[in-house]
Amino acid sequence: MNINEQRQARKGGLTFLAKSQLLSADDVSRALRRMAHEIVERNHSHSNLAVIGLQTGGIPFATTIASLLGEILGESVQLGLLDVSFYRDDLSINPVPVSSTTAIDHDLTGQTVVLVDDVLFTGRTIRAALNALSDWGRPQSVQLAVMVDRGHRELPIRPDYVGKNLPTSHNEAIVATLDGVWIGTQVPA
Amino acid sequence: MIDSIRGDNLLSLNDLSREAIVEVLDTAESFVEVNQRSIKKVPALKGRVVASLFFEESTRTRLSFETAAKRLSADVLSLAVASSSVKKGESLRDTIATIDALGIDAVVMRHQSSGAALQVSRYVPHVRVINAGDGLHQHPTQGLLDAFTIRQALAERRGTTGLETGAALFANLHILIVGDIRHSRVARSDIAAYVALGAQVRVAAPGTLLPEDIENWPVSVADDFDEALEWADVVGLLRLQRERGSGSFVPSLGEFTQTHGLTFERARRLRPEVLIMHPGPMNRGVEIDSRVADLPAAVIERQVTNGVPIRMAVLYLTVAGSKEGSPK
Repeated sequence: MNINEQRQARKGGLTFLAKSQLLSADDVSRALRRMAHEIVERNHSHSNLAVIGLQTGGIPFATTIASLLGEILGESVQLGLLDVSFYRDDLSINPVPVSSTTAIDHDLTGQTVVLVDDVLFTGRTIRAALNALSDWGRPQSVQLAVMVDRGHRELPIRPDYVGKNLPTSHNEAIVATLDGVWIGTQVPA
Repeated sequence: MIDSIRGDNLLSLNDLSREAIVEVLDTAESFVEVNQRSIKKVPALKGRVVASLFFEESTRTRLSFETAAKRLSADVLSLAVASSSVKKGESLRDTIATIDALGIDAVVMRHQSSGAALQVSRYVPHVRVINAGDGLHQHPTQGLLDAFTIRQALAERRGTTGLETGAALFANLHILIVGDIRHSRVARSDIAAYVALGAQVRVAAPGTLLPEDIENWPVSVADDFDEALEWADVVGLLRLQRERGSGSFVPSLGEFTQTHGLTFERARRLRPEVLIMHPGPMNRGVEIDSRVADLPAAVIERQVTNGVPIRMAVLYLTVAGSKEGSPK
């Protein structure tokens, strides 16, 4: 596990204890390729596509999807990184999250933005990301791509592109990386 | 040792670990990016109230704290001491109680007495207290922004970013602090930060402007200013604080400039990569020659610019959330 994944796994002073692997690296790579094709199919104009990965877990998936889109379209696609720590609605009830880099170097007005994250759970991170995006202009549309949708939404948010639907129970945890997807539990560090 | 200022007060840098300081510097990197956006505002402290209480005059610290709080979407209560009931003889305790009664989440305070911030933190234990300078004691955010400025400038030269380097660029870095060490809370905070990050710190001053307990400080004392300038990678100048009576500790300002001022002559002999710093406000012609302040090696304006992201980081880490948090 690289540092970002460890940080992800250590969220809130908890450590991820894996129970079983649900997807292999090959499964993940095939799913991402399919999602890239779906993105191309669904968006008729490709010139204003921007892929934005959510820190930290979404970054490797966003990078991969952006380069696959580049391959398919034959032209490179804008890639940005977004950290939503400062936009979260749970700042007062959870420990202050450590922030990481945000790098969106262009105005998003009129663009079709594809937000990319690793796991979609309550939907609160996406809510924060939508708020954050409005500080970079007014996108034409915003779509959501996630590697894993594990259910338990607390907000009216749904993904447009899903790598894998994994029904989980509330106390289970999911770790999704390019090396595979694991299910397990969070235990105090 | 405190390993993180999250959910805590910031009264002094003396008991902060290297990790705690690096966390503030790294968080400030995120806020540098926020300050470059066209919309320079994030909602992290929406609905929080930050009171700014300056019992001593200040331009840059006060403005940069208030800018920082506003860019985090906090509401700012600003007490102009000169036109407040403090002038009618209200005690510090009563002033704090009055402001607290309005419902505040944090106090940013500057006071002429050492220990005033600590005292206030005892009056209002449920409010986060951020020391913006107390007497001769500490000026923590200045120490943090000076460390941040050094890390940023050195990282840029190496073609990397401060975030990538952690505390690595401070290992064996030679930092010389010159001037009125005795009356300087900036020196005390700078030294705490630099030493925690792993730098070697030396001080140079006329004997009368050194504190009496200097041998207990984690620094070496330079015998000769010009030799020390050859040793240094970073030269941090301090203001001769005439309002604290520094003038009577030296025979004359001219003699101070002669022995310990960074004159144009001295600056020309420095290696070109040596950084020149000054916390401001400058006495041009006393501790620093006017032309030296405008050299490319001088990062004085950058220190002011970095004040906003550092203070955003401090407010965010101390005020935004609880220390432990409730379980998810």
